[in-house]
Amino acid sequence: MTNTWQDIKNADVILVMGGNAAEAHPCGFKWVTEAKQHNHAKLVVVDPRFTRTASVADFYAPIRPGTDIAFLNGVMRYLLEKDAIQRDYVLAFTNASLIVKEGYGFQDGLFSGFSPETKDYDRSSWDYEIGEDGFAKSDPTLTDPRCVINLLKQHVSRYTPETVSRICGTPQEKLLTVCELIASTAAADKALTSMYALGWTQHSVGSQNIRAMAVVQLLLGNIGVAGGGMNALRGHSNIQGLTDMGLLSNLMPGYLNLPKDSEPTLSDYMKTRGFKPLRPGQTSYWQNYRKFLVSFQKSIYGEAATADNDWAYDYLPKLDVPGYDILRAFDMMFAGKINGYICQGFNPLQSFPNKKKIRAALGKLKFLVVMDPLETETAHFWQDHGDKNPSDPSQIATEVFLLPTTCFAEEDGSLTNSSRWLQWHWKAADAPGQARSDIAIMSGLFRRMRDMYRKDGGAFPDPILNLTWNYTDPIAPGPDELAREINGRALVDVKDAGGAVLLRAGQLLDGFAQLRDDGTTASGCWIYSGCWTERGNTMARRDATDPREQGLAPNWAFAWPANRRILYNRASADASGKPWNPAKALIQWNGSSWTGIDVPDYAPTNKPEAGVGPFIMLAEGMARLFARDQMREGPFPEHYEPFESPIANPLHPKVSANPVARVFAGDAAEFGTADKFPYVATTYRLTEHFHFWTKHAKINAILQPEEFIEIGEALATEKGIGQGDWVRLSSNRGSVVAKAYVTKRLKPMTVDGKPVHTIGMPIHWGFTGHAHKGFGANVLTPFVGDANSETPEFKAFLVNVEKTAVPVS
Amino acid sequence: MADFQSLDVVRRSASTEIPPQVRTLPEVAKLIDVSRCIGCKACQAACMEWNDLRQDIGTFEGSYDNPADLSPATWTLMRFTEWEDPQGNLEWLIRKDGCMHCGDPGCLKACPSPGAIVQYANGIVDFISENCIGCGYCIKGCPFNIPRLSQADQKVYKCTLCSDRVAVGQEPACAKSCPTGAIVFGTKSDMTAWAGERIEDLKSRGFEQAGLYDPPGVGGTHVMYVLHHADTPSIYAGLPDHPHISRLVQAWKGVMKPIAMAGLAFTAVVGFVHWIAAGPNEVQPEDEAKGRDVLDNKR
Repeated sequence: MTNTWQDIKNADVILVMGGNAAEAHPCGFKWVTEAKQHNHAKLVVVDPRFTRTASVADFYAPIRPGTDIAFLNGVMRYLLEKDAIQRDYVLAFTNASLIVKEGYGFQDGLFSGFSPETKDYDRSSWDYEIGEDGFAKSDPTLTDPRCVINLLKQHVSRYTPETVSRICGTPQEKLLTVCELIASTAAADKALTSMYALGWTQHSVGSQNIRAMAVVQLLLGNIGVAGGGMNALRGHSNIQGLTDMGLLSNLMPGYLNLPKDSEPTLSDYMKTRGFKPLRPGQTSYWQNYRKFLVSFQKSIYGEAATADNDWAYDYLPKLDVPGYDILRAFDMMFAGKINGYICQGFNPLQSFPNKKKIRAALGKLKFLVVMDPLETETAHFWQDHGDKNPSDPSQIATEVFLLPTTCFAEEDGSLTNSSRWLQWHWKAADAPGQARSDIAIMSGLFRRMRDMYRKDGGAFPDPILNLTWNYTDPIAPGPDELAREINGRALVDVKDAGGAVLLRAGQLLDGFAQLRDDGTTASGCWIYSGCWTERGNTMARRDATDPREQGLAPNWAFAWPANRRILYNRASADASGKPWNPAKALIQWNGSSWTGIDVPDYAPTNKPEAGVGPFIMLAEGMARLFARDQMREGPFPEHYEPFESPIANPLHPKVSANPVARVFAGDAAEFGTADKFPYVATTYRLTEHFHFWTKHAKINAILQPEEFIEIGEALATEKGIGQGDWVRLSSNRGSVVAKAYVTKRLKPMTVDGKPVHTIGMPIHWGFTGHAHKGFGANVLTPFVGDANSETPEFKAFLVNVEKTAVPVS
Repeated sequence: MADFQSLDVVRRSASTEIPPQVRTLPEVAKLIDVSRCIGCKACQAACMEWNDLRQDIGTFEGSYDNPADLSPATWTLMRFTEWEDPQGNLEWLIRKDGCMHCGDPGCLKACPSPGAIVQYANGIVDFISENCIGCGYCIKGCPFNIPRLSQADQKVYKCTLCSDRVAVGQEPACAKSCPTGAIVFGTKSDMTAWAGERIEDLKSRGFEQAGLYDPPGVGGTHVMYVLHHADTPSIYAGLPDHPHISRLVQAWKGVMKPIAMAGLAFTAVVGFVHWIAAGPNEVQPEDEAKGRDVLDNKR
């Protein structure tokens, strides 16, 4: 989230699209009801299904799964055509006025620079015209046709209401009502909040779905303001912490990138990470990248990381592919190229696409270690559960180790929520049986491996042998000690230019502003610096005092970065420093500094007239309507059909789906076509369950006991399916047999002139736990990933449905 | 329940006993704002947790209603209705069903077992299981079809409005757990006032018929609903439009009760008068002789 859960109460319009907040985030949804009750907010829901969120919405519009970009580009066109944009904001704070260089273009579904051989773009043309001063050229009059805003206008001009309706199936009048409601927040004192989740990410164009909405929000001036923002509702209690701490195959903590093979030395690596400002006087905060990296290296390698060895840069693994994401890992496992797997807090047999392939891949491993508090399906993948998990254990040689772990209530620690708050929690109960904390298990594995490397040597044991491990309890380091290590400390007396001591050796840092690139500071995750300072554990703070009752509560827990609650909050005030909406001000210029109820996301002494942009992490200081080279499939969002779609892309049938999405050859062969699988399917969570965990809890199993699919009345009538009848739902990858819920909440839509039916399938059932056994929706889903994040396309694929006999159980 | 004392009881079933004096408790109410409810079932889970109830794990029955119905182990549940207005706009009406804690409780009226059903001064209607004889009359007496008879112990169960929690100053478990403030608990007057604000908000959003469900036919209720369509409560999974205690129970426990008492008294009076006027029946010599003949013939 750029904003916070509590801040949603300040919104004037709430758009839930690409998510189902009431269902998947019922506790956070209370802030929507607050906004409706006390701010007279309107709730707008755009979703393929009439969801529980839609049941309390002021307006609901249906949409075909996988067409959100078409819808949002249509919204952009409407805003630009009606001039319903916050013009001063757009001009001052976005790159609308910057001039894009000749060579950039878009034609027939492809941006400039596409190579059909590599199925990738040369993105060098997706950039600004650079002047002789080294800065991006700008035309504040916005008359130059190569201005970003004019190129955007041109790009979205194709998305007329007729075209959007033809693609999305949304009736034009409903589309226009949504546009009007969204446009009402272009006023300087009105804000719209965008609440989204996996309904946007789980597409082959997932990242671009979110970018499209971000562009809408920027045009409306809704980023950085109270009640605005792009608010990703994270699906696990600590998934924000997972990404912050870099638990992705191409990241290190604090969103530093793992080096690539093409960057053998630190200087190679830093060459593309200079982050020189693209406009005069801009902050370009990533210029501090080296400080964060060196401090991270000092944190993990201590004395072994020196200036002479480039801070142990050689110890870092170098990627030979963009990332070893889970799709790639399972594809390699399936091909026999990965033969050992430590599966920690993850249940891929249920949660990754094409279950048949996942099961087969696990069966090719030599060993599988599962660390989990529950008996997951993955840990029992080899068991035969009939058609719900067909298996012949005699043919599987994988040795499986199930290591029971504590769950969150059985250990101290911190969880990072969607609002970027690090909240400390305390152990409430002892773990049952032989369960140990993940920390204890991992440290046990590490110590044994280190002993083996010490004894036997190896090709390159240095990164293991030199890892710092100076914990009070080396067997099971305490979460408090790890938190202090993540926060960071001075390694020697840190002095200013005049020689005065700023930090004593060993002193905990107050924040990342104190980090240095000379090896005198260490921090395990720069953005978390400030979470445990000399004043104590800021994550454990529980003071709910809330100035102006605006939902910031600055002394509750710790929010990264720097306890800032609303990101980009400099944009909440106009160019001269006056709040756009004085009733909900965040910070303002008081003549000598920036003050307010939030920590300024800005240098507090930057004078407004200096023209320093609010988007300090970007080299131009401006938010990007045009993404430059940061997205793999293009600088503007473009509608591409899902990989399995009932129609060819009406805009450019020859480039129907995302040309640079992640598809492996074997998986492409398993895509189905509309002639055999005529219906669109989507998958989702129900409020009664949390993924595949709560079916292990009896109460949740009582509340939603058995797998089912949702099918509209019209399709049910056509197929002779009655309420509660058994049906077989099949894709080109497999089929499930479940009861049908015939509902009015899914209605056929007219798409490209023909009727399209959508079928829904909740994801929660497997073969372990209290609830009835089920197949799992991932039997059906396709193995294709978003081009930027490799998130699988769970939300839009093709199926067929037939009535079937009652299964013999 | 045990946390209320006899002095808190204003009414007992099948009994004219009243305590020497009744404590004054503010009348309470639970307000369920259907327009804020997202059907998350946290209330159902909290009810099961607090009261230690575990229904058997059921099956999918063609809707999100799970368990499928109230039972001795399910005292509250969400009922989901897909409803289309006359213009064809879909609404998904989600209503938390359970005991309404009527001002004039039909169950209590129908109950023949002394003290098996009581009403406290705060309005809560409670079943006192040890006095329950399992006759099921309360089920007939309830206009909302709420009490359920357990086959295990032949006693009837329903929501207690967490009388044990309320007695010690806490809100019912369902209200405590509700994430969106759709269930709130307080004095009936506060809840009525809050409902007024909510109705105003709903009217401003185009729900002209928004209103409070506090039906006078049962003396008002201590569980009330804010409905977007208060003119037609029955669209919310059969919430009665005009609930009242069954005429049979009313007749039986109302008009019939004095008539029956009068009939009983009349019989006694007639008997007494007959005894005074005619004296007792005595055995005459002829009767003795007849009796002897019968016995002899038999031999």
